[in-house]
Amino acid sequence: MQKDELKIKLSELLPSAAFEEGAEWPTILIDPRVWTDLARHIRSGIGLDFDYLFCLTAVDWKTHFTVVYHLTSTVHRHTLVVKIRLDRERPEVPTVSDIWRTAEFHEREAYDLMGIVFTEHPDLRRLFMTDEWIGWPLRKDYEDPVNMIKL
Amino acid sequence: MDVSQPFPGEVHPTAGGGILVTKLDEVINWARSNSLWPLVFGTSCCAIEMMSTAAAKYDWSRFGFEVARATPRQADVIIIAGTIVNKMAPVLRRLYDQMADPKYVIAMGACATSGGPFFYNTYSVVKGADHVIPVDVYVAGCPPRPEALLHALITLQEKIRNNHAER
Repeated sequence: MQKDELKIKLSELLPSAAFEEGAEWPTILIDPRVWTDLARHIRSGIGLDFDYLFCLTAVDWKTHFTVVYHLTSTVHRHTLVVKIRLDRERPEVPTVSDIWRTAEFHEREAYDLMGIVFTEHPDLRRLFMTDEWIGWPLRKDYEDPVNMIKL
Repeated sequence: MDVSQPFPGEVHPTAGGGILVTKLDEVINWARSNSLWPLVFGTSCCAIEMMSTAAAKYDWSRFGFEVARATPRQADVIIIAGTIVNKMAPVLRRLYDQMADPKYVIAMGACATSGGPFFYNTYSVVKGADHVIPVDVYVAGCPPRPEALLHALITLQEKIRNNHAER
């Protein structure tokens, strides 16, 4: 499916979604509350068939967080980027690990390093850091006087 | 025969003293330095250069390093080829402790020497492998070229030959 067709279809599905221009792939900015429903729809049912979540990451903008999902369809060969803006004080977003199984470990990684809480995740534990580690090392305001030499 | 003596027979002191032992040390050191068996150990991109050094073009077997061992019990030298993170440090320490004496360590590249590009603003990297185990030879570079690693290995051989043999 072409970029424009994809945009039209997504606007029909979710009129509140904002599109980001100038990117390589069609990019939509959405609210965390509509994410689970949208994810289920674009995964199957309406002919978009985004069956492969190939990247899940988080960005710290100091004022807020953005969680970024890169999705592609192995059937139609089209790609979509979903960005969700999260509050810095309460960075919570519903899990998609029941929709794309690969998200289970990606979400654990984003939780471990950025402190993004994926609600209803089946096993939200530390992944790289030790279980007793305190803090979220990839956040911009992270301080560790023991291990870090500041420049 | 007097069995209370540890050495049966008579000891004739050599004129000038100990030349036989000194020569024996040289032979031992020569043998050791030319059959250093490295441990298969690489934690990042330096390991790619190390593999290149082992492969056909640079071929470190010319100097006696070809018998890379997958177990520390049979290895003489560990080449720390890559970044050592806090989680890897106890593993490196255990590998070193499991190696049989005499054992040698080469810190290959900036990460193993000092933390290198990860010296500042990093929560996870050990700032130099010598915080964990003693190092014999350091190699500069990020990563060092195979020639630099070969030079380090030859330097280690010279170091072994010029020292007293551990017995």
